[in-house]
Amino acid sequence: MSVISRPAAADAVAPRRDRRWPPRLPLAIVLLLVLCGIFAPWLAPRSPLEGSLGERLVAPFWMENARPGHPLGTDRHGRDTLSRLLYGARISIAVSLVGITLTGAVGVAVGLLAGFFGGWVDTLLMRLVDISLSLPGILIAVLLSVVFEPSFTNVIIVVVFLLWPSYARLVRGETLGIKQQDFVALARVAGCGSLTIMLRHILPNLVPSILVLATLHVGYVIVLEAALSFLGVGIPPPTPSWGVMVADGRGLIEQAWWVSILPGIAILVTVLSLNILGDWVRDRLDPKLRQV
Amino acid sequence: MSRFIAGRLAQSLVSMVVVSIVVFALVRLSGDPIAIMAPPEASQADIARMRAYLGLDRSWASQYGTFISHALRGDFGTSVRFRRPAMELIAERYGATLELGGLAVLIVIVVALPVGVYAAVHRGSGLDYAARAFAALGQAVPPFWLGLLLVLVFGVLLRLLPTSGRGTPLHVLLPGITLGWFAVAGLMRLTRSAMLDTLGSEYVKLARIKGLPERTVIWRHAFKNAALPVVTFAALLFVALLNGSIIVETVFGWPGLGLLVIEAVDSRDYPIVQAVVMCLSAMYAGVNLLVDVLYAYLNPRIRYSS
Repeated sequence: MSVISRPAAADAVAPRRDRRWPPRLPLAIVLLLVLCGIFAPWLAPRSPLEGSLGERLVAPFWMENARPGHPLGTDRHGRDTLSRLLYGARISIAVSLVGITLTGAVGVAVGLLAGFFGGWVDTLLMRLVDISLSLPGILIAVLLSVVFEPSFTNVIIVVVFLLWPSYARLVRGETLGIKQQDFVALARVAGCGSLTIMLRHILPNLVPSILVLATLHVGYVIVLEAALSFLGVGIPPPTPSWGVMVADGRGLIEQAWWVSILPGIAILVTVLSLNILGDWVRDRLDPKLRQV
Repeated sequence: MSRFIAGRLAQSLVSMVVVSIVVFALVRLSGDPIAIMAPPEASQADIARMRAYLGLDRSWASQYGTFISHALRGDFGTSVRFRRPAMELIAERYGATLELGGLAVLIVIVVALPVGVYAAVHRGSGLDYAARAFAALGQAVPPFWLGLLLVLVFGVLLRLLPTSGRGTPLHVLLPGITLGWFAVAGLMRLTRSAMLDTLGSEYVKLARIKGLPERTVIWRHAFKNAALPVVTFAALLFVALLNGSIIVETVFGWPGLGLLVIEAVDSRDYPIVQAVVMCLSAMYAGVNLLVDVLYAYLNPRIRYSS
């Protein structure tokens, strides 16, 4: 096979780039996105929910049947794509903020308790983690949406359910190491209770690792929300989630490709930027986590 | 080793019990079926009789017992929409899902492993950069959108491939590529970094000093040792394919289990949803078990530490 040749420069190290500053373009994109989300009501030229029936399936500005006032075209109901994309950023931001905060809280609490107390508490909690990991997440979402109506809450439940085990495992492992150190024993001697030791002395030492994991998860959560919404088991239409928008354009791919392709590009660019930033944060704060 | 397998087996069983409890409880939580089934003029006595007939007056534990014993015999009730046993529909559809998954696995293995090894051996080459860019892109592309993009390019613009349904061998091509894409990116990245680790090791240096042909060094010495983390990925791969197949089948109208369950959501077809969730979870637990055992077999450290 042509794969075989001289052992190339296996030990030639790629030139080190300056790692002190985050990659500029991804950072700019993410900041822009957050600003778009926050200021969507002022930035959006039209309502994200109401369209005008006379302006259905208008093309984006660079195509022939474009119309002024709809730079990125409109969908089947004559709703403005740009306005819906801007409001859609809010959904992605909200889901990742709420989802990851809750997940982190649950996972960190479980990991701290398991690592600090050990014994049967540890065994029991880690069994829960194993079981949770062995349940398929998207099917849980499907179940939830049959039983309750699809909603923001369902999406959050699925996010927490899928991600809490990784926080629990990480925090447990680090806690095991930290509780052996002298300052924990000294705190004990000084009369601190278990709760104080966990929250005041151990938790602050875990912050960098937790932050790294959280940044690495943001992109994943955004894709997950979009996928659930696309399947009709996440954010319900007509709310302009990017996943809902891609689903809206599914049947229109022949006449009006922009309806589903544009929101997809928004997801792709956002997630790619977030992943690159996540890698940077990891390399800065905690290179040990490379495998996570 | 047998102790390890027994422990893992028990864990899989516990997972399945948890899945069944969740499935059972969620459907019970969804509301009183009598309220939907009984006609408005039904008397209290009628409703009580109906409740007794359906077994809804018994305790939850006893209802759960009935649910489990039926489920073990493959009886999940009759589909509301198709008016046929849920299990019959599953039997009809699972072949399509396997066909799609099989092609995706084939694509993943044939593309990801050689490219990953090549990228590691020729680190810094053009192909290495291309592979890494592809991996980064591949993990950020939402699979449902990639499917639509492929439909647009190959179906609408080039008119080369069919974009919906199942029939000729060409029909499976686009859904297969879409499903494999994400996993290719992940496995390629993993193979590359595992190979880089082993290529820098002492035993590979020794193999070279011994004057072994480069082919032997790469495949027999380096790749064999790099294969361990790759096996772990098999479990992740299966999760990705399982989640992905639901999405991909919906995009391409591929008549497998995923499309079945998503259509059942729209029509609130509980028996179908229950049956598909239970079957896929069982498959999922089975594959996880298999991967763990295989991993323990390949890596003695796991076997003895637990």
